[in-house]
Amino acid sequence: MDFLQIALVLVLLNLLAIPMGKYIAHVFSLEETRLDRVFGGTEKIIYKISGITQSNMTWKQYAKALLISNIAMFGIGYLIVRFQGILPANPSEIAAMDPLLSFNTVSSFLTNTNLQHYSGESGLSYFSQMTVIIFLMFTTPATGLALCIAFLRGLTGQKSIGNFYVDLVRAHTRILIPLSIVVGLVLVGQGVPQTMEPTITATTVEGAEQQIARGPVAALESIKHLGTNGGGFFGVNSAHPFENPTPFSNVLEILSMFLIPASLPFAFGHMTRNRKQGWILFSAMGLMFLAFLATAYFSEANGNPALASIGLSQDEGSMEGKEVRFGIAQSALFTTVTTAATTGSVNNMHDTLTPLGGLVPLVLMMLNNVFGGDGVGFINILMYAILAVFIAGLMVGRTPEFLGRKIEAKEMKLIAITILIHPFIVLVPSAIALATEMGSSAISNVGFHGISQVVYEFTSSAANNGSGFEGLGDNTPFWNISTGLVMLFGRYFSMIAMIAVAGSLLAKKPVPETIGTFKTDNSTFLVLIVATVLIVGALTFFPVIALGPIAEYLTIR
Amino acid sequence: MNTTRKATISETIVKRAFIDSFKKLDPRIMVKNPVMFVVEIGFIVTLILTFFPTIFGGESEPIYNGMVSMILLITILFANFAESLAEGRGKAQADSLKKTKQDTKARLLQKDGSFKMVSSTELRKGDMIIVEAGELIASDGEIIKGVASVDESAITGESAPVIKESGGDFSSVTGGTRVISDSIKVRITTDPGESFLDRMINLVEGAKRQKTPNEIALNILLVSLTLIFLIVCTTLVPISSYVGVAIPVATLIALLVCLIPTTIGGLLSAIGIAGMDRVTQFNVIAMSGKAVEASGDINTIILDKTGTITHGNRMAASFITVEKVNHGELTKAALHSSLHDETPEGRSVIELAKKIGVSETEIDVNGSAGVEFKAETRMSGTDFSDGRQVRKGAVDAVKEYVKQQGGSIPSDLEEKTKMIAMEGGTPLAVAENNRILGLIYLKDTVKPGMKERFDELRKMGIKTVMCTGDNPLTAATIAREAGVDDFIAEAKPEDKIAVIKKEQAEGKLVAMTGDGTNDAPALAQADVGLAMNSGTIAAKEAANMVDLDSDPTKIIEVVAIGKQLLMTRGALTTFSIANDVAKYFAIIPAMFMVAIPQMSALNIMSLTTPQSAILAALIFNAIIIPLLIPLAMKGVKYVPMSSTKLLNRNLLIFGLGGVIVPFIGIKLIDLLLVLMNLV
Repeated sequence: MDFLQIALVLVLLNLLAIPMGKYIAHVFSLEETRLDRVFGGTEKIIYKISGITQSNMTWKQYAKALLISNIAMFGIGYLIVRFQGILPANPSEIAAMDPLLSFNTVSSFLTNTNLQHYSGESGLSYFSQMTVIIFLMFTTPATGLALCIAFLRGLTGQKSIGNFYVDLVRAHTRILIPLSIVVGLVLVGQGVPQTMEPTITATTVEGAEQQIARGPVAALESIKHLGTNGGGFFGVNSAHPFENPTPFSNVLEILSMFLIPASLPFAFGHMTRNRKQGWILFSAMGLMFLAFLATAYFSEANGNPALASIGLSQDEGSMEGKEVRFGIAQSALFTTVTTAATTGSVNNMHDTLTPLGGLVPLVLMMLNNVFGGDGVGFINILMYAILAVFIAGLMVGRTPEFLGRKIEAKEMKLIAITILIHPFIVLVPSAIALATEMGSSAISNVGFHGISQVVYEFTSSAANNGSGFEGLGDNTPFWNISTGLVMLFGRYFSMIAMIAVAGSLLAKKPVPETIGTFKTDNSTFLVLIVATVLIVGALTFFPVIALGPIAEYLTIR
Repeated sequence: MNTTRKATISETIVKRAFIDSFKKLDPRIMVKNPVMFVVEIGFIVTLILTFFPTIFGGESEPIYNGMVSMILLITILFANFAESLAEGRGKAQADSLKKTKQDTKARLLQKDGSFKMVSSTELRKGDMIIVEAGELIASDGEIIKGVASVDESAITGESAPVIKESGGDFSSVTGGTRVISDSIKVRITTDPGESFLDRMINLVEGAKRQKTPNEIALNILLVSLTLIFLIVCTTLVPISSYVGVAIPVATLIALLVCLIPTTIGGLLSAIGIAGMDRVTQFNVIAMSGKAVEASGDINTIILDKTGTITHGNRMAASFITVEKVNHGELTKAALHSSLHDETPEGRSVIELAKKIGVSETEIDVNGSAGVEFKAETRMSGTDFSDGRQVRKGAVDAVKEYVKQQGGSIPSDLEEKTKMIAMEGGTPLAVAENNRILGLIYLKDTVKPGMKERFDELRKMGIKTVMCTGDNPLTAATIAREAGVDDFIAEAKPEDKIAVIKKEQAEGKLVAMTGDGTNDAPALAQADVGLAMNSGTIAAKEAANMVDLDSDPTKIIEVVAIGKQLLMTRGALTTFSIANDVAKYFAIIPAMFMVAIPQMSALNIMSLTTPQSAILAALIFNAIIIPLLIPLAMKGVKYVPMSSTKLLNRNLLIFGLGGVIVPFIGIKLIDLLLVLMNLV
């Protein structure tokens, strides 16, 4: 039954991703498409109001536009949460957020991370939820998508890298807004609240008074997943019955967060006019995903030996921290998907996963390229593809080329920055946190699990995931500043480096393909990508994984 | 077919390389190779720890520190040795070239017409010298007057002398070669120290070796991997101390050195030097490593027909009779017509007749007189004492000749002549007295083995274009026979440039060979231009490679060497990175096993003790370098095949092999260490 559930979801996902990929390719086509007739009118009004000229940009202009718009969003978001106490739509009278937590929160939502060092129901007003959180939940995946498409245009040798503002607008009008309306309505149908009314005070049967928080949850919930955001309206995120009431809503949320990341390889296949190329990348990520999913599922289904040893039955698997309405299968699947797609929403508590079950989300975020967040994840796997081409491509006796474009020193420099930055911003702050009182005092479980908690927090920040091994007391200046910076570095360094790679590749004259050309659309390349990701990407983290989840697993089994 | 410069590694080269590997320990030199520089710092730190075990705080075992330190030193020496060995071999080749560059005397022509004996070092550009038979030519120059046969064996290794004459494409002479006959007047074209030979020696010695583009890119990757592992290892200290695991400094350094790509880092420059060297062994001088690298990327090769694809002279391919003439009769007549003909064409007629099977007695020059070919008659032949006159020549000329003698023209002559011309051959008519017996089918023949080589090139995805001055029909026939992909008929020098530019516009890299001055622009335009040493100075200046043997087909070998260079680099990088998997499984459990006994579950190789595991991994990391030196020097074996097959094969050997070999190697070294009671 468990397998059937999982298989059904994955098959459904695949069936949706293929047409979605084609749709995305059309959405961002530099040529005129039929979609222009449907959406063009609305978009023209937006362009007119915002003064957007639709001319093509160079990669530098594109990067500049991206950074400027993101800085502006940061400023607005910061001011709103700082002054939410005196702003309207605050029926529950929530006070202003303190400066460091505001920095952390806005950085978190700006970077599509959605790490929350506050609890949504008590930390943010409805106004903040809607104008900062939900607003950024739309713009950040749109930014990621735009960047990804610009990168693909460079890689596939389109006539230009495109226009950032046009891409940003199209991502909203043609993808995110229509989809989130549909998903939001279905969620309301499942019982998710969508209201501006304040918290209800209810009296229970036993006569006790209970505060039941509510609000515009469905609106947030739909884009939270579609945009691989992950920040919950409530502190316990998608484990909360108002966010994720039924198994059906659970499946819908899984599909929503995986849809765009899974369809991008197919969009790529369309853009490069080689469907097989898209399939190979999809399969490479798919294989890794399945391996991680299996690890998570079996580890959780086998239960927790520490609890078994004190006589608690583990027949149902390790149910600590899980919702009974989801069970092991739906929880393991949700955990794997939310960290593969770096969404970060949770329907169970990752802190209470079994050691190897907890290793899965951790490693997926360390890789940050098994589908990954909207847009950025696919760029990451392509970066590993370029790296694989560079290392192994030489073995066919030609200087490495990917999709007909030579990979030379300039690209390698930019890629080197990107592969360097990720372990740097995970390991260095983790080491500081574990070595200092200001960091380690937040740890709620000492020993190996403490290492996992700390490393998870920074990995989640660096990969712009946002989930946490909750239990870490992280609303302190140290954690707010450090994770805030890690999230910003994690997002923007690689974004700028990769758009520069795209610009550099686009300027190159393509080399025609011959029988002597390194083929990147066959099974050999699939093996090669997976091996590169695992050896270059994963082994880097092997020592710390060994000290965290693996040591924990070995000592409690 | 090629004279190959001997490339054995002599004892002196090894000795010199051994000394050089110590000299290269100088940090100022080491820093140029960041990967090995990190190893050197590790060596110094562990060396200090050997004598002052507590200097960085905490306890550590001096003997263990000393062992790690020594292995690191050996690792560096191995890498230095590889580089020195490659350099040494290059130097040895330079020395053999230098021998040809003795200080020679030259007769410098004075303004008044007399000459003065001067040393070759005093010669300047523009000076005129006279070189007599038996003398060495003092410096590079151009023949202004005279014809001479020159022995160029000192440079080319080719013993047959070549004819050099003023004007045209064979006017350049190289310093250090010897005039065998006649006397020539030469204008010196280079200043001392800048002659062609000087530059070649410099190049071969690697004095001015610059990193090639791909090498630079690869270095960036290696440096960034080194940085990543530096981060991994330094952060491991505070992270592990959180759970009470203290990692000895020497162990940490061992982990770092094992993880950073020392194998490829140590061999990278040796691979580059050896690649250049392999080209030199083929008697081709590459002006830069970049050119060798580029030749691996070649998509199109432009080859001259004459001399490269075909022998360049027309040979008799068959005899074609007209009307009812007996085939034997024509064969005999053709043979007779060529008895006194010493031209290659004439020889080939006799060869063909013999092959068909005329009796040896027919080949008798007695009692006959030869009639030489003249521009007016356009015929040659033989007059026999019995009055029989046999002629062969251009069809029109022979027709005229027969008509004059009152003979008739066979009805099918016209048709058969046309047929031969259509196929790209040259027809020669054969007449005996007033009767035309038939035609000799002369054909430009493709050199043996060329078709196979073009097939090989096709398998590598390289397109071949034949360039010829022939008419399109003839060109098409030869192209078909040789199996080239494309041809340019009636080609003028500017056509070559046009083709190169067209191919380059499509993003392709083009290689070509050439020797004439009018080839120079095309040689310069091509990505890889291989000039013939027999060619003009202009051609050699424009090209980025010069073939000392003047064998244009060598461009194919050069391409293969370029590919081999890139493959070797990729193979060893892949191998080096794949090795990390096993090293992790050797060192990580060893690091933590003392504090966390359950970690032994990760010790999948069941290495004896933590120390033996770490030392074994480190020793494996060191000795893999010298074990791979032969591969780095010789290059990965290159067999032309499609890229997919090639990749699968190399991935299996160097990728999968790179994962598996260290597991076995480390285990064996561990057993050996225990056996020798070292741990």
